[in-house]
Amino acid sequence: MRERPAPRPHPLVELTRARLLEFVREPEAVFWVFVFPVLLALALGIAFRTRPPERLRAVVVRGTPGAARVAALLAGAPDLDVAVLDAAAAARALRTSRADVVVDAGPDRQDVPLAVTYRYDLTRAEGRAARLAVDDALERALGRRDRLAAREEPVTAPGTRYIDFLIPGLVGLNLMGSGMWGLGFAVVQARTRKLLKRFAATPMRRSHYLLSFILSRLVGLVLEVAVVVGFGWLLFGVAVRGSILALAAVAFLGSLTFAGIGLLVAARPRTVEGVSGWMNLVQLPMWLASGSFFSYERFPAAARPLIRALPLTALNDALRAVINDGAPLAATAHELLVMAAWAAVSFALALRLFRWQ
Amino acid sequence: MTRKPHGDRVPLPANGVAVRCAGLVKRYEDVTAVAGLDLEVAQGECFGLLGPNGAGKTTTVEVLEGLTPPDEGVVEVLGCRWGSGRDHELRERLGVQLQETQLGEKLTVEETLRLFASFFARSRPVGEVIATVELEEKRRARVGKLSGGQKQRLALACALVSDPDMLFLDEPTTGLDPQARLRVWDVVERFRARGGTVLLTTHAMEEASRLCDRVAIMDRGRILTLGRPAALVAALGVDQIVEFRARGEVAAERLAALPGVRGAVRTDDAWQLSVRRIDEALPALLGELERCGVALESLATHQATLEDVFVSLTGRALRDA
Ligand SMILES: Nc1ncnc2c1ncn2[C@@H]1O[C@H](COP(=O)(O)OP(=O)(O)O)[C@@H](O)[C@H]1O
Ligand SMILES: [Mg+2]
Repeated sequence: MRERPAPRPHPLVELTRARLLEFVREPEAVFWVFVFPVLLALALGIAFRTRPPERLRAVVVRGTPGAARVAALLAGAPDLDVAVLDAAAAARALRTSRADVVVDAGPDRQDVPLAVTYRYDLTRAEGRAARLAVDDALERALGRRDRLAAREEPVTAPGTRYIDFLIPGLVGLNLMGSGMWGLGFAVVQARTRKLLKRFAATPMRRSHYLLSFILSRLVGLVLEVAVVVGFGWLLFGVAVRGSILALAAVAFLGSLTFAGIGLLVAARPRTVEGVSGWMNLVQLPMWLASGSFFSYERFPAAARPLIRALPLTALNDALRAVINDGAPLAATAHELLVMAAWAAVSFALALRLFRWQ
Repeated sequence: MTRKPHGDRVPLPANGVAVRCAGLVKRYEDVTAVAGLDLEVAQGECFGLLGPNGAGKTTTVEVLEGLTPPDEGVVEVLGCRWGSGRDHELRERLGVQLQETQLGEKLTVEETLRLFASFFARSRPVGEVIATVELEEKRRARVGKLSGGQKQRLALACALVSDPDMLFLDEPTTGLDPQARLRVWDVVERFRARGGTVLLTTHAMEEASRLCDRVAIMDRGRILTLGRPAALVAALGVDQIVEFRARGEVAAERLAALPGVRGAVRTDDAWQLSVRRIDEALPALLGELERCGVALESLATHQATLEDVFVSLTGRALRDA
């Protein structure tokens, strides 16, 4: 069956096939590309899971004349945890943020109005909120009449949790890592082992060799995106709100971009150690700045245009637009353009600089 | 020619020359790897470049294979010059085995050959090539799990899978045990029997004399001598080589002047005498050593070989040169 004079296998198909076989037969590569991002998502998803709204903590100082009465008045307040401590313990609780506000109650006699002193850290939002909550609860309990009819409508918008932010960032990071490492390592290893030279001695078209990496990346990319997105959806309910097609297009371009950059980085180094150093140098700034784990809005405004020009930032932004915001592809035109520019320049340079031996 | 016709392929040059190179020079920053080399390999011939490490064999072969551009000189392979627009066509007809190529470890023997076969417009069935190099039972084994000899035969198979007109083999048996070496020789001989041309490099003289019609002995980027192995050995004009170690000093001129001895060369810690008549030379040598008060440690004689040709030309042994 195998030996029948089959139509000649196309070199591009054979090269891609060989590439994919080499990848799946490398257990470490499979771990880094498929298992690692899932573990990372799991760890971070658990660490930053959404908790029920935190209750405010008030401490009433024991031993003052009104202390017992204040504690009693606050007993029914819904958002408050109230404790009664002596003065030293209360001060310590405030200092170590175990209390948000300390209430010192004044005299408690029928003829003297109840007076309280609030002690809290003005710079902490919880301190200010606790002060208001305690005050509000006391006023109500003492019979205040509200003149405004206010109604409450709690909102929990989907797609605003940390895990919703994280999953697209992990997809982006993964596409960068596997694109660059996958390509860079394979190329430099083939160069070190003189396999590139051996190929150059055959009539193989050099463009076929380089294209086979892109094709194998395409197969890989579908799986990589599916694994991380599917995991986020199943375990954390992170939905893809935009179209799958838009997601595929963004991921494809991102993958292509990093394949190009990987090829450029691997164009000349002769050793795996050499290429590893360059890979890290190129990837590290993007790991930190491109908003995979936290928003790049935290960087100074002056640095942001630079950060936005990075390919991983563009990829992450486009992925978030599609996954979190359900944006159509057209809305990510700017990001797509940034990626396309990186891809075009790095491929062109890589082809020019590529060392076959 | 016993070779089957090649359809639309370019006809071989009428003069039957497979490789011609003249005035070949290749320099690296600090060394001249090839220093003006001329040679011609005839069609159907097996030609050997014999020389120690660093002689410039690999550089020469890689220039001929079109992988390294020469600094000076003319190279013509199967009637084509590299860079004249016919490189692709020429590569279709060459089988190449480089010194030190490590094929992808994760692919199997069969997958590797399929890959190489796909690069060529015409190729032999993979199974047939596997049979040629006797790797049938390793067909589905990963390359990383093969022994050195099996890897080398796979490299040969990769060179043969395109059914080339000409094979370039760079040290095809270096580092192999005698058994594995015989198998490689066998494959090369069968390729030749089909009319193929072979250019191989080696630093093993027995390989050169067994496989090659003609050899060029190279050292420091130059050809020292070139001819049929038997003729090169015969030109030494000696029939035996006496090799001995002795404790103490002996003068080279005195040894060379002994009856029946043509020359004496010191290599490392041993002496090599080229001997025309062993029956005269041996008693004379023993007498001389005794006269000098030098104790003999060991003595061996063997038929003159290509190695002795190298020693007589350079004063160094091939292996430790
Ligand atoms: N790429 C290179 N760069 C610098 N020097 C080289 C290179 N390749 C070979 N040489 C030098 O050229 C000389 C010939 O090497 P080579 O052709 O490999 O010899 P051989 O194959 O006979 O052992 C050696 O001195 C070697 O160090
Ligand atoms: Mg060599």
